[in-house]
Amino acid sequence: MQIKFVKYPRFIAMGEVQLEKRFQDYLDGENKIEPKDWMPDAYRKTLIRQISQHAHSEVVGMLPEANWISRAPSLRRKVALLAKVQDEAGHGLYLYSAAETLGIDRSELVDDLLSGKAKYSSIFNYPTVSWADMGAIGWLVDGAAIANQVMLCRTSYGPYARAMVRICKEESFHQRQGYEIMLSLANGTAEQKQMAQDALNRWWWPSLMMFGPTDDLSPNSAQSMKWKIKRKSNDELRQEFIDKTVPQAEFLGLTVPDKDLKWNEEKQGYDYGEIDWEEFYNVVKGNGPCNKQRLADRVKAHEAGAWVREAANAYAAKEAKRKADKGQAA
Amino acid sequence: MNLDLKNYTLFLADNALILGQRLGEWCGHGPVLEQDIALTNISLDHLGQSRMLLQYAAKQVGNGATEDSLAFFRNEGEFRNLLITELPNNDWAYTLAKHFLFDTFNFFQYEFLMNSKDETIQAIARKAIKEIAYHAQFSAEWIIRMGDGTEESHQRVQNAIDELWMYTGEMFVADSSSEAMTKAAVAPDYALLKEQWQEKVSQVLEIATLVKPEEGWMQKGGREGKHTEHMGYILAEMQHLPRTYPTAKW
Repeated sequence: MQIKFVKYPRFIAMGEVQLEKRFQDYLDGENKIEPKDWMPDAYRKTLIRQISQHAHSEVVGMLPEANWISRAPSLRRKVALLAKVQDEAGHGLYLYSAAETLGIDRSELVDDLLSGKAKYSSIFNYPTVSWADMGAIGWLVDGAAIANQVMLCRTSYGPYARAMVRICKEESFHQRQGYEIMLSLANGTAEQKQMAQDALNRWWWPSLMMFGPTDDLSPNSAQSMKWKIKRKSNDELRQEFIDKTVPQAEFLGLTVPDKDLKWNEEKQGYDYGEIDWEEFYNVVKGNGPCNKQRLADRVKAHEAGAWVREAANAYAAKEAKRKADKGQAA
Repeated sequence: MNLDLKNYTLFLADNALILGQRLGEWCGHGPVLEQDIALTNISLDHLGQSRMLLQYAAKQVGNGATEDSLAFFRNEGEFRNLLITELPNNDWAYTLAKHFLFDTFNFFQYEFLMNSKDETIQAIARKAIKEIAYHAQFSAEWIIRMGDGTEESHQRVQNAIDELWMYTGEMFVADSSSEAMTKAAVAPDYALLKEQWQEKVSQVLEIATLVKPEEGWMQKGGREGKHTEHMGYILAEMQHLPRTYPTAKW
């Protein structure tokens, strides 16, 4: 059944201004943009930047958790962690594919990551120093990511929105898994509880920073909202996350490391303390505890894999030729 | 408790556990995302098999033993895995060569175990055989791709096969527990597996344009708990948390 009547390519003869107006009307009608539809160059560029950053974050994000696979304290936890990190590789793949629908090659995107030109989420530049970090990352980092990603399930670019639906399902599972690790630790020995509290202390503020600068300092936000790439502002998302997470911390019997955190009856949400934006900008700039290490690990894996990729390509070419020769002979 | 059955179950379990542990090291560091995912899958398969086998071993050990107490609280000398499973990953060629040599052996081993006289081992083998057949195919395909790929890949995989060859002999030399299990038709006759293994390995190496090494001197000891220098580090890493906090639940 064909229910969609408005398709973009028909309007290709229009002038740029008219096209942009049609485009905006189309978005305002809550329609999804598909790869072959006309779109403003800036929209395409914004999406390529955002989707590839997101893909890079999934791939770099594998590293801090992979750091604990060999040391997971039970076989059940080891298997769950391994499967989780593998999911992230899968998310990286869907997202690179979504970016490729915008007319860019995955290898080009990866090169930009490795050269340091492209960014990834700064949260992964913090170290994972205890097993409790596997809990805190699942609970807080994936929790913050989900707040953002649930919104992105309704983003205006079709392939991105569809990738997000799939990713959100898996991320929710990861978050529960992370929370369950925290729960075991919080109900465990005094040392385990201390481990959990320490992880919360270290991951709380960086998790809040994941939503990006405050609305008044977020230069690209307005345009992204207009294009319906983004549906909620950074501060709105951050507030939602805090309101949802604080009771979870209370349930664990852990203390959120913010002395200014207080329920505000009037706004029906928590007031919270000042985020250390100086730290945020420094980590973004490359001065975080693990920026160099994370990138170096990715570069090392890529370079060490170069001969493997070449071999696979060379073999595929030989096979194709052998097949063709056989076809000719027949 | 049947000591031989327990030892034999641990032999199967430890091979899977140590391979799974080693392969997990690749996660996040593979040459390309798709292969990273593939190796993680294989690691997960091995860990899944090892858990089923360790649970069975734990039942035999009794005294409140669990899969985790066996994985995390046994000492090096109590692990019965083949030496080849504990060798480091080095590069992609070495890892895949290690797996190819082991996977081919493992396939024929599990093909027998599907009809093992021990019902639990039989059931585990019937569940695992699909995974194990896939592992053997996956690693054989990579041996061919590398052998018949570029000059560099050919050289790397040839070197890996040459270096690893002396760890293959041990696969076919049973210890006393395995022998007892062979007599009871629980386990295959390991000396007889060698022929099938030789044939398959030769066939793949030939397609891969690689040279099969001469028989030569073979290392052994894994089945009896005598390991390489690498094993201590694997266990130090793997067991560190449960041993540091022995009363904790995770």
